[in-house]
Amino acid sequence: MTVNGAGPAASADSRRGQPESAELIQLLTPEGERVEHPDYPLEISADELKALYRDLVLVRRIDFEAIALQRQGELGIWASLLGQEAAQIGSGRALEPADMAFPTYREHGVAWCRGLDPTKLLELFRGVSHGGWDPKAHNFHLYTIVIGSQTLHATGYAMGIQRDGAVGEGGEAVIAYFGDGATSQGDVNEAFIWASVSNAPIVFFCQNNQWAISEPLERQSRVPLYLRAHGFGFPGVRVDGNDVLACLAVTRKAMQAARDGQGPTMIEAYTYRMGAHTTTDDPTRYRLAAELETWKLKDPIERVKAYLVRTEQADELFFTALDAEAAELGARIRKACLEMPDPDPLAIFENVYAEPNAMLEAERDSYAAYLESFDVEEAGR
Amino acid sequence: MTKLTLSKALNEGLRKALENDPKVLIMGEDVGKLGGVFRVTDGLQKDFGEARVVDTPLAESGIVGTAIGLALRGYRPVCEIQFDGFVFPAFDQITSQLAKMRYRSLGHLKLPVVIRIPCGGGIGAVEHHSESPEALFTHTGGLRVVACGDPADAFAMIQLAISSDDPVIFFEPKRRYWEKAEVDTAGGVAAAPPLGQAKTVVSGTDVTVLCYGPMVRTCAGAAIAASGDGRSLEVIDLRSLSPLDTETIFESVRRTGRCVVVHEAPVTGGLGAEIAARVTEECFYRLEAPVLRVGGFSTPYPPSKLEEHYLPDLDRVLDAVDRTFSY
Repeated sequence: MTVNGAGPAASADSRRGQPESAELIQLLTPEGERVEHPDYPLEISADELKALYRDLVLVRRIDFEAIALQRQGELGIWASLLGQEAAQIGSGRALEPADMAFPTYREHGVAWCRGLDPTKLLELFRGVSHGGWDPKAHNFHLYTIVIGSQTLHATGYAMGIQRDGAVGEGGEAVIAYFGDGATSQGDVNEAFIWASVSNAPIVFFCQNNQWAISEPLERQSRVPLYLRAHGFGFPGVRVDGNDVLACLAVTRKAMQAARDGQGPTMIEAYTYRMGAHTTTDDPTRYRLAAELETWKLKDPIERVKAYLVRTEQADELFFTALDAEAAELGARIRKACLEMPDPDPLAIFENVYAEPNAMLEAERDSYAAYLESFDVEEAGR
Repeated sequence: MTKLTLSKALNEGLRKALENDPKVLIMGEDVGKLGGVFRVTDGLQKDFGEARVVDTPLAESGIVGTAIGLALRGYRPVCEIQFDGFVFPAFDQITSQLAKMRYRSLGHLKLPVVIRIPCGGGIGAVEHHSESPEALFTHTGGLRVVACGDPADAFAMIQLAISSDDPVIFFEPKRRYWEKAEVDTAGGVAAAPPLGQAKTVVSGTDVTVLCYGPMVRTCAGAAIAASGDGRSLEVIDLRSLSPLDTETIFESVRRTGRCVVVHEAPVTGGLGAEIAARVTEECFYRLEAPVLRVGGFSTPYPPSKLEEHYLPDLDRVLDAVDRTFSY
C-alpha cells in the first residue's frame, strides 16, 4: 500500500543513502585489518589502542548493566548505545578538555570520555533528577531529550567561542551530537544555517544508526545524510561509525579545522542501533532479525580485539584484567543505583529560578505545610 | 529628565545595558542595519558592532536556541522576536529548553536570556501582528514574564530584565511605541521599582483595575472618565506577569472590595482568570462583587477592521466597572 503515491518513489529511492553510493572512511575493517586513508593518517601506539578498546568494553558494560537494572525495575527507562560504542568513543576521545560537547540522551560513551561518572546518567533514567550534573565541570552539556534542540545550543555556544576570541592557535571548538531522525528537525537545519553563516567552530556529529525508533532512514532522507552539509556550505564526510580509529581520526581533523577557524563540518557516522530504541521499544515489530545479524559481523568491539590479538599488541592477561575491571564497574554502578536515595519532595521547587520568586515560595510553603499535617496526624495517633 | 517615546526609551535602556556589560548581546531579524522594524535597536549596531548587535538568519527557533548556547558560554543575549505571532516557531526552545535548563541542571546553569516581543493590536496590521500570547508563557515555570506600559518603565525594566539571571519574556506594547513621556535616563535603574513589583498608576477607593502593557493607558483614561461619575478607580500596572505581585493586588482589592482585570489577550485561560482565582481565594470576605475580566474574545485575532470591537477600550472597562456595582 502506498500513501499519496509515495510508495514507488520511496522504493526507487531506497538505494540512495546506502553506503555503496558513498565513500565510507575506514581505518579498521570489520575483520580487524588496518587500512590507510590518504586524508586521515593515524599514528596510534599499542597503549592508545588498548585504551580505546578498554573504553569500548567498559561503556558496553555500563550499557549492559543499565539494561539489567531497568529490567529489574530499578531504572524507569534506558536508551541503549549498543552498536554505537565506536562512534562515541572515537569522537569522544578526539576532543580536547576545553572543547564542549552537546549530547542527545544516548551519548553514554561520550559521557565516559568526558569523565562523567556513569551513575549520574543512572540518576536521570531512574527519575531522581533530569540530569543534574555540572556541564562546566566536564565540558559535557546535559542530555537533551527533545530531538535536535541541542544542535542550536551547541551552535550558540560556538558563536560565544568566536566572541571570546578563542578560535585560532590553541582554540576551542564544539561538537554537537544528534541522530539520523534529528536531521529532519527544523532546529538541526537552522543550526546548520547559523553555523555556516557564522563560520562557527563546531562539528555536527550525526550517528546514523539507521533507525529513528521504528522509522528507517528512508523516511528521513532521499540523499545520504553527509551530503546535506554541502547544501549548507560546509563539508560533510561519512565515516564507518563502527570503526573507532576512523571516528577518532575524522573527528580529530574536523575539530582541529573548527578550532583553527575553518568553520563547521558534518560527520555522518554510519552505524547501527543493535538494541531497541529504549527499553520500552520492541524492534521485532518493525525490522528483521537478519539485519541485526549482518551488523553483528561489523561489531565495533570485535574488530579491535581481532586486530589487537593478531598483531600481538595485547595478550591474554590484558583481556582477563579488562574483564575483571568491567565486572567491577558493573557492580559499582549497580550498587550506586540501588543506594540512590529518592529526592526530598520539596526539591520539586528548587532551582526553578535563580532569583527569589515569592509566588513559587508560597506554593512550596503550602505544600510543605500539607506534608507536615500528615506528620502531626501520625504523631497524634 | 528627557521626553522620550517608549521605543526610544527602550533603545536608551538597551544602549545602557550594552555599555555597562560587554557580555550583553542583541540578536534578531533586522535589528542591525535597519534598527529593527520598530527602530527599537536603532543605531546600536553602528556603535557596538556586528558581533554584539547581530542580524540573525530568519528563523525564530534558531534565534532563541543559539541565544541559549551563548548564555551557556557566559553571554547575556537579548533576542528580538519581530512580532508576537512569530514567537511560535521559538515556542519549543523557550518552553522546553530555556525555561527548564536551570532546573534540569539542579542549579548549575543560569540562563540570562531576554526575549523581547512587541505585542498587542490596535495598529491595523495583518494577521499574526497583533496578538497577546503572554498567558502561554506565564503558564510555564522557569520563565519570568513582564510587560512595560510607559516609557519610564520601558527604560528601566529592559535593563532590569537584562541584569536578571533568569530568562525573561519581555512584552512591549507596540501601539504605545510612539507615545512620549518623561524618562530619567541619567538616574539609572536604581530609582525604579524592582522588576517584580506592580505600580499604582492611579490611586482610588471603589474598584481595583488591574492591567498591563497597552491597557495601562486605556485604564488610566477610564479612571478619569469614571471620576466624572463619582467613581474612584484604582489602576494598577502589574508590570510583572510572572511572578505576580500578589501582595499589591490583594492589598488594593481588600480596600476597594471590587476588582476588574483588563488585558487584550482572550479571557479564556488568560491571566485575568488566574488573578480572579487568586483574588477570590485571598480576598473572599472582602469582595462586594465577583472579579470581572475584560479582554479579547475567545477567537483568533480578527481582521483589523474589526479589531476595535475585539480590543478592550475605555467604554468596555467602564461597563465592567458598572457591572461590579450591580451586585
